[in-house]
Amino acid sequence: MTPTEPAKVVIEARDVHKSFSAGKRLVRALRGVELIARRGEVTGLIGPDGSGKTTLMRMIIGLLVPDSGTIHALGRDATRDSLAVQAVVGYMPQRFGLYEDLTVQENLELYADLQGVPRGARLERFQELTHMTGLGRFSGRLAGRLSGGMKQKLGLACTLVRTPELLLLDEPTVGVDPQSRRELWAIIDRLVRDDGLSVFVSTLYLDEAEHCDRVVIIHEGEVLGQDSPGVYSERMRGRAWTVMAAGVKPRAIQARLARVDGVLDAVVQGDGARVVGEVGWTPEPSRLLAGLEGATLAPAAPRFEDAFIDMLRSRAAGVEIAAPGERPIPNRHGDGPVIEVEDVQRRFGDFYAVKGVTFQVARGEVFGLLGANGAGKSTTFRMLCGLLPATAGRLRVAGVDARTAAATARERLGYMSQKFSLYGYLSVRQNLNFFSSAYGLAGARRGDRIRWALDQFQLAPYADAQSADLSLGYKQRLALACALLHEPEILFLDEPTSGVDPLARREFWRRINALAEQGVTVLVTTHFMEEAEYCDRLAIMAAGKILALGAPRDVKRSAVAAGEAEPTMEDAFIRLIERDQGSRDTT
Amino acid sequence: MKASADLPMGFARRWMRLRGLVRKEFVQIMRDPSSIAIAFLLPVILLLLFGYGVSLDAEHVAIAVVVDQPSDLTASFTGGLVRSRYFNPIFLPTMAEAERAMRERRASAIVRLRSDFAEKRLRGSAPIQVVINGTDANTGRLVAGYLEGVWTAWLVEEARASGGSVVVPVEVEERVWFNSRIRSRDFLVPGLIAIIMTLIGTLLTAMVMAREWERGTMEALLSTPAAIPEILLGKLIPYFVLGAGGMLQSVAMALWLFEVPLRGSFLALLGSATLFLLAALGLGLLISIVSKNQFVAGQAAILGTFLPAFILSGFLFDISSMPAFVRGITYLIPARYFVAILQTVFLAGNVRSILIPNGIALFVMAVLFLGLSRLMSRKRLG
Repeated sequence: MTPTEPAKVVIEARDVHKSFSAGKRLVRALRGVELIARRGEVTGLIGPDGSGKTTLMRMIIGLLVPDSGTIHALGRDATRDSLAVQAVVGYMPQRFGLYEDLTVQENLELYADLQGVPRGARLERFQELTHMTGLGRFSGRLAGRLSGGMKQKLGLACTLVRTPELLLLDEPTVGVDPQSRRELWAIIDRLVRDDGLSVFVSTLYLDEAEHCDRVVIIHEGEVLGQDSPGVYSERMRGRAWTVMAAGVKPRAIQARLARVDGVLDAVVQGDGARVVGEVGWTPEPSRLLAGLEGATLAPAAPRFEDAFIDMLRSRAAGVEIAAPGERPIPNRHGDGPVIEVEDVQRRFGDFYAVKGVTFQVARGEVFGLLGANGAGKSTTFRMLCGLLPATAGRLRVAGVDARTAAATARERLGYMSQKFSLYGYLSVRQNLNFFSSAYGLAGARRGDRIRWALDQFQLAPYADAQSADLSLGYKQRLALACALLHEPEILFLDEPTSGVDPLARREFWRRINALAEQGVTVLVTTHFMEEAEYCDRLAIMAAGKILALGAPRDVKRSAVAAGEAEPTMEDAFIRLIERDQGSRDTT
Repeated sequence: MKASADLPMGFARRWMRLRGLVRKEFVQIMRDPSSIAIAFLLPVILLLLFGYGVSLDAEHVAIAVVVDQPSDLTASFTGGLVRSRYFNPIFLPTMAEAERAMRERRASAIVRLRSDFAEKRLRGSAPIQVVINGTDANTGRLVAGYLEGVWTAWLVEEARASGGSVVVPVEVEERVWFNSRIRSRDFLVPGLIAIIMTLIGTLLTAMVMAREWERGTMEALLSTPAAIPEILLGKLIPYFVLGAGGMLQSVAMALWLFEVPLRGSFLALLGSATLFLLAALGLGLLISIVSKNQFVAGQAAILGTFLPAFILSGFLFDISSMPAFVRGITYLIPARYFVAILQTVFLAGNVRSILIPNGIALFVMAVLFLGLSRLMSRKRLG
């Protein structure tokens, strides 16, 4: 760590330890955290769920007391002088405390009262804030009626009613659509630039590191590094490569490369794959590209994510995934589409959650539904599962009508929800037992499948552990295992990777790819734009409609004019949404 | 926790924060139909139910009357039953049918005049056979008493008419004090006010504080310069007003709809209600500080305060006839003291020997619960 003048330090943590008891287990949330945040900078705190980010935030604002060690915010002891810290530091918790039954204006008034903003200064400040956040038009609207992104912006505005010297933001962009995410970052950048604010922001999105002056990486309660994003990626120079092979599915390239010795990380990118090697690894084209017809290898610019993966990999023992493709799923209904959605509508009162959606998914295809909260993804999902009847239109799943033969359709599909739907008080084995009986498995087959699940997902060492005590990555594995017990032909995944660390996410996608290779049809919703690259085809949804449909590359191209460079999936997404809003405003 | 000197801790700031919190709470109350319903609609429903529906008096009780050998004499006796406002006699020809009527709950008692009724009457006594359905012990006892009364009155009447004499050992001249009409409603309605206020004070407060924890608003609130007393007062004041409103509405209904007399002073009523409300609110706050979860807080408020207030406060069941152990428990229930005060203020007047000790008990409980709430809440999570 480079020494910093005391006057320039806004947050300083020294050897901070904190443990919680969760049931019988002792969770060591923070283990000897040392960090510094500087004045006038954006300091990012990046780490997966459960790495200790929120615990640290709460300690800085004085809501939690460290077991040992000290934390200072703006030179004040956060533990002993909490009220003084709270008077000068603005804190936006993960679920910001907006009163949903109060209007935008009333929320602002309340926080102005609580922060002691003089009456005379309020009008001007509110105007500034509502202008900055684009909330001006909604001042009379109940906070509960705002979209997820709007809520976060209002939360930020409430935190800023009395301009704080230091702003703490705990995962402000979680559950927010890409457009609002970008707008939130623009606001933060402006606050730092114009008002000289210091910002300490936590996130689990690696791409947000680029917005930060300095990034603190935290994992399992330990700080792994604190530097500028450039320093992290510079360390990886010469270790990143792109592999392209015309005519080969990018997913197949990625799957192949991931198994090569010396490859640290391989992800799908555009029409090819991006590879990061271990230290000192030099790709040997002949070996690396064997079996990939006409493949090319080119060096790539390093990025922050590479360094992050490198750090996590060196700590976590690599998880070997046995190739799960032991037996292909029998093809029961020819070459026709497995999922057919034709002009489907779903209305709640006079609100159309889904209006006129049409798409088809072929056997063995990975199909993605991308969209912000409220775009109609979950409603479409529920209709396909037969959990919600469609108001109009035709839905066929595995050859049967999802409206009339929901039960038959359900036997052929596996479903994994965002919340993982596990019984926390049951052990891993008990969960598997329960789900196998729920799917009607009995006798030898049941025993076989449970053994398969324990073995395939490396769950055997935890078979008797309570599933509530598992880490998020293991919960995700167990949930996927439960959804696959009855060997479904179709797999529905609702935000399967939300909150899971990047390593677990990569492993998860490798499994999904292997399943697709076996002939399983996969329908997945996600808000991680880069994960869209793993899909064979995808649909971008907004306000109940499909804005773009096709292979990732076609979707990206459809968002820009001919001749323009291919945008990232996130850029494409935002452009499509803006175009849609524009066309709606003009009509 | 000590406040630093460089902090703007002036009275004006504190007042601004408190006012903001109170106003916010009122806006939430206004927008949430369920809290309005608990505060104003539920009392009306409970009062109507108990005022009109539930009565501890036995009136117009259906009884089966079997007369084995009808005569002028039996007619004269049964006439007494017909005239009595306590009974609704059904005349049945045989004992078997009467028994069936009782089994089918069409009659609460059987009165049988055997064939030798007239004959025995001439010899001085006229025994009647009475079978009581004892399932509802309370009503059963009342019916037995009333029947005996009718019978005794008839004997005396008969004796006077025939010039003979019946030895009635003691002539009782009754005068009922305090509830001279002996209407159970006059006794139930004041007690009910205590129950209603327990509900508003404890249940609402327990729920709204837990709601702040559940929705994550508490974390944001705690991270502002607002101090704990301000946050607690921000809850106490609005729900005190709501509870007081509910109480005034209930008192108005008691006085003008149910015509319960108010023999004591309105001031005594107001003073004791204030103390009770503070105790109830304090208990509600305490519950939600401990539980932080709306479901648990709601259960705890109902099981821990509302039900005991219903059963153990003396509102329905006489405390002095409870076993010593249960009687001991009643001392822990704030409603007990308030019910005693209410029944006294409404039906008897300002009886100092009741008002003062019970008032002190309420005061102690209010201080205890509010003090504990203050002590147990910190500006910390976890």
